[in-house]
Formats: sequence, structure tokens, C-alpha cells
Amino acid sequence: MAAKINKPRLAVWKFASCDGCQLSLLDCEDELLAVAGALDIAYFPEATRGAVKGRYDLSLVEGSITTRADAARILEVRQRSRALVTIGACATAGGIQALRNFADVREFMSVVYARPEFIDALATSTPIADHVHVDFELRGCPISKRQLIEVISSYLAGRRPVTPGHSVCVECKLASNVCVTVAHGTPCLGPVTQAGCGAICPAYNRGCYGCYGPMETPNATSLTDRLRQLGMDDSAIQRIYRSFNAEAPAFRNQGQRRGS
Amino acid sequence: MARRTIKVDYLARVEGEGAFKVVVRDGVVRSAELNIFEPPRFFEALLRGRSHDEAPDINARICGICPVAYQMSTVHAMEDAFGVTVDGPLRELRRLLYCGEWIESHALHIYMLHAPDFLGYDGVIDMARDHGHAVRRGLALKKVGNELLSLIGGREIHPINVRVGGFYRAPRRRELEGIEEQLMWARDAALETVKWVAGFDFPPRERDYTFVALRHPHEYPFNEGRIVSNRGLDIPVSQYDQHFEELHVERSTALHSRLRSGESYLVGPLARYALNFDRLSPLAQEAAHEAGLESICTNPYQSIIVRAVEVLYACDEALRIIDAYVEPERAAVTVTARAAKGFGATEAPRGLLYHRYVLAEDGTIAEASIVPPTSQNQASIEDDLASFVGGYLDLDDETLQHRCEQTVRNYDPCISCATHFLRMNIDRS
Repeated sequence: MAAKINKPRLAVWKFASCDGCQLSLLDCEDELLAVAGALDIAYFPEATRGAVKGRYDLSLVEGSITTRADAARILEVRQRSRALVTIGACATAGGIQALRNFADVREFMSVVYARPEFIDALATSTPIADHVHVDFELRGCPISKRQLIEVISSYLAGRRPVTPGHSVCVECKLASNVCVTVAHGTPCLGPVTQAGCGAICPAYNRGCYGCYGPMETPNATSLTDRLRQLGMDDSAIQRIYRSFNAEAPAFRNQGQRRGS
Repeated sequence: MARRTIKVDYLARVEGEGAFKVVVRDGVVRSAELNIFEPPRFFEALLRGRSHDEAPDINARICGICPVAYQMSTVHAMEDAFGVTVDGPLRELRRLLYCGEWIESHALHIYMLHAPDFLGYDGVIDMARDHGHAVRRGLALKKVGNELLSLIGGREIHPINVRVGGFYRAPRRRELEGIEEQLMWARDAALETVKWVAGFDFPPRERDYTFVALRHPHEYPFNEGRIVSNRGLDIPVSQYDQHFEELHVERSTALHSRLRSGESYLVGPLARYALNFDRLSPLAQEAAHEAGLESICTNPYQSIIVRAVEVLYACDEALRIIDAYVEPERAAVTVTARAAKGFGATEAPRGLLYHRYVLAEDGTIAEASIVPPTSQNQASIEDDLASFVGGYLDLDDETLQHRCEQTVRNYDPCISCATHFLRMNIDRS
């Protein structure tokens, strides 16, 4: 086992989330054994009961901070990690559970639980970067397997991951998709959403609904005007921005805009 | 007083965050509790005010392992409310999508989460060193499930192609034909899987379960059927709330379900199989018998064989659907919203997943209620721990702890769904 000592140690952590982004690693069926050959999977409870204590070279963090206990735990994860990469919309933007940020969490609790006093929940769901320094954020709901492998390979190669900050529109053009807004008048968040998914929604005849969050320099104000021309009212516009990346600033601002 | 505590603070190889605690006094098990501390995400609250057509995408995010199940129970409940029936090729495509999820989710559990318990490894990576051939087969099988999901759903996790009324785009026949060869390989691999897991050592444990699953007149159940049990329950989905109830206990952020008569019950592969053996394809039935299973299996450790039989069935069924597929004229039927209540229940890989909605006139969600399979199985898991530990008190703590973990993993608990995570304590010092 002497060789194992020199391999970088990988840890995978979970906070409030659906498990889908860490599952993406197990979904890399063709690459998983190679990843395990290049890295020591030291902590990944979804996949193994063996847990190596101590420090980790690369921590992948899934999920958002929604409880006091998790707000404390992320500080410890940061201390024990040389590099910390957040994976997925929950970790990078608070996820769908951040819709509580626009509501009253006590009222939310009373809807779901008969005894809300048993529940420990913060009033907000917040991204990991609101709590600790994050070395790199990988977007998506869920993340792309291809981009996850890029994050791991670039870490091993000692370079920064290459994940384009341009919009889904670029991916649509590359895929030769017909523009669903121009051709069919279908509302689409593609012009303001970061690429990464491969523009699958337009390829399946529907508009993008923003899984990867805002692109690098989104002109969301202009898109909102276009959505209104397409017949969406204030409520529909608020809802389209308020989903899995509702707390990402560019989407949050549009979700709060009224009339024009 | 002799008191013994066995403790697992973080149960591994399950989907989510949980723990468990067993207390033993003077050689008698006093209590067994499953503690779920997955942070709640309040889906039933945040769905209010959203449009019915947003619900399939929002609900997929309850679980990354079985998003199709959430989408399917959602669309069936909405269509029930609006009085819409989706049949013909669109109905078949939904079954086909579900086949992909069963193959992916069951292969994950069999090979990566559960088999390491039987073969004595911490996880699949360690297991691959000695069982490389089997692990590669499992990964390839899982991949075929994922490719089927991607083909019909657009991507494997949180598919984008499911809508109330059908799909956004129906696949062309030639697209489906492109995956046939892989599915034929997968069917052979599934048959190998049944034989492989049937050779494991199983503790001789039988439980007198109350099984609950869907039952359909002609099909092994995915999307439709009546809710039945082996104790005479036989109700339409719309009567679920009259026969089952959810309780909120302090130790868990997941609600516990029971029959209103007070019994615990079991959903999932063992229940589906026992109640629907006669609906399996001949190939799946034959493989089950060759693996030594009767038409009812009550040993929870053998659930791994039943999952393998269901993977085989899903491959067989997927090939049948593709063979008979006729491209639909439209990808979705027209849905007109109205104020109504809607009920839906489908068979997630882990068991019955029930949804109920109250919708306003414009199709906005006024109330949502979602009962995932792991909530329904929590009481059975606790019963199992309590009765299991009593028979094995001679084991040392470490062995007993591992056995208890394995016992919980028999149920493939998805704590993300049920809220999420498992911490274990056995108290017997």
C-alpha cells in the first residue's frame, strides 16, 4: 500500500441537497475506477463505510447550509481541506430550498411538520461561499459529469478547471438547435444562463429553465422585457427566475422586479 | 445492570444522512431507533403557489437517485386532477423511462452499496480489487440504465423531458432502436447478476411483513394500479389517506408512516415481488426460481436477489416496449387546468411513492402532500433492527454494528427522499 500514501486524498461532503451531484461521480461509470486509481477516496459515505480521518487534499462539497449544525460543520470541512470545490446549485446558490429565503421559514415548517419545535432549521438556505472560502464553484442542477471529470483532472494536473462562463445560447448554436424563442415564441432562460448542460432543453423543444444559474455577464433585464413581450406576467416571470438558482444575484434581482 | 451500546454515527452507503441507535439491557433489546437528521427542505411548503406544470421539475430535486419516480407520481396526480388520461405510446414511453431508472438505481444499490456487505468490503472500490469483473459488469449495467434515461429524459439525473400530459419531445423510433443492442447485453448481464447475488450467504431471517404495493390487471407495476396488501387491502390511490397516516417523531426529520390500524408495513422490491410475481415476464420468473426464490420472499437480506430480478424484468420490458413502439402523433395531450384534487402513486425503485395535490382554478398548487417510500419503511427497519439484534447479542460490537448497518441497507433507504441520513448507536453496555 506504499503507493497509496502518495495519492491525493479526496473527500465528498453532503449538506442540504438531493444527492444527485455526488451521484454524478458514481455515474461516471467509465471513469470511476480510473479516478479511484489516481486519488485516494478517503471520505465518501455514500459510496464507502471506510473513512480516513485527518486532512484531505480535495474536498467536493454538495448541498447548502440550512441548519446551525451544518453552519458549524462547513467550517471544520474547510479547515481539513487543502482545496474545496462546491458542486451543484445547492452548494453554489442555495438550491431550490432557498425559496424559503423569500418566505417565512416558521410557516414553512408548520406546513410540513406537525411538531415544528422538533426541527432545527435556519431561516435561510445559503451557498457554501457565504460561509467559507471556496476554491472553485461547479455549477448545475445537476452538475455535468464531463465538467466534474474536468475539475478532478485539472486538480491532478495542477491547473484551474476550464468551464465556460458563456450562455446556453452558445451551446445551442454549437448543437445546431433551432432557437425555441425565435421560432416558436417559447420563453427561454438560455440567453442569461451559464452553459454546461449541452443545451438539452431546446433540443427537446422546451425553453431553458436555468439549472446552471446566471452566465458571466447576463443581461437579464433585457431578457425579462422579452419574456413579458412573449406574454409572461409578473408572477410567471418571478417564478421562472425563482427555481434552483433563485438566490444567485442576477436571478434574484429579476425575481424581485415588478412591471416596467 | 448489563448495558451495551453499539453506535454508528453516520451510516454509509445509503442515500442521505441518518444514524441508528439500539439499546440493550440485560440481554434484552429495549429499543431500536432510526434517526434521520437530513436537513429538511420543505418541498410541500415551497410548492404552494407554483404552477402545476412546474411541479415535475421541482419535485425531481427531492431525489437525485430516483427523480423519475417523483416526476411520474407528480404528473399522474395532476392528470388525475384535470381528468386527463395519457395512453398509447406516451404511456409506454413513461414505462420505458421508468425501466431506465429501475436499472440505474437497482444496479447502484446491488453492486455499489449492498454487495460489499455480503463480500466483506467497505465499498465498491475496495471490492473492485478482488471482484473486478463483477464490478465492471455492474457499472456497465448501470450505464445502460442511465443511457435509457438520457435518451428519453434528456439527461440521467433530473430529466428535462417529462411534462403533465406527456413529454416535450417524443423520441423517433430509430433513436430507440439505437439502444436495443445495449439493452440485450444488459438483459444478459442482469441474468448474470441474479445468479451472482443468489450465491451470497444470507442470514436465515424471515419476517412476517405486511406488504404494500401497486397492482395492475396486466402489468408488473410502474405507474398505475390499485394499492393492495397481502392482508386484504385493495383500494384506489385516491383512498390512500383514509388507510395510511404519517406521524412526526422527535428523532427524525422524516415523517413515519403506518396503517391507520397501527401496523407497520413494507413497500419496495420485496412487496412488489410478493404481490405481483405473476405479472413478471416468464424470463424473470424463471430466473427467480433458478435463484432459489419462491413467489414470495420474506428474508430482507435476499432483497438483493429480488432487485436483480427486477433489473432483469426492466431490461426485458424495455425491449418489449421498444419493439412495439409506434411514434405518437403528438408528444403530449392537451391539459386544461381546473380547481380539483389529484392523487398519484407510482412504484419508485424503493417502493410506493404517493402524491396528493389541491389545485386552484388556474392550476396553481394550493396544497401538496408527498409520502416517499423510505418514510413508509422506517417502522419496518426499526422492527427489523430490534428483532435482529436480539438474536446476535453474542457478536462483538464491531461485527454487530456492521450487521446492523447491513440490515438497514437491505431496505436501500433513501434518506434524501425521506428527508435524508443515518447515524447509528447500539447501546448495550
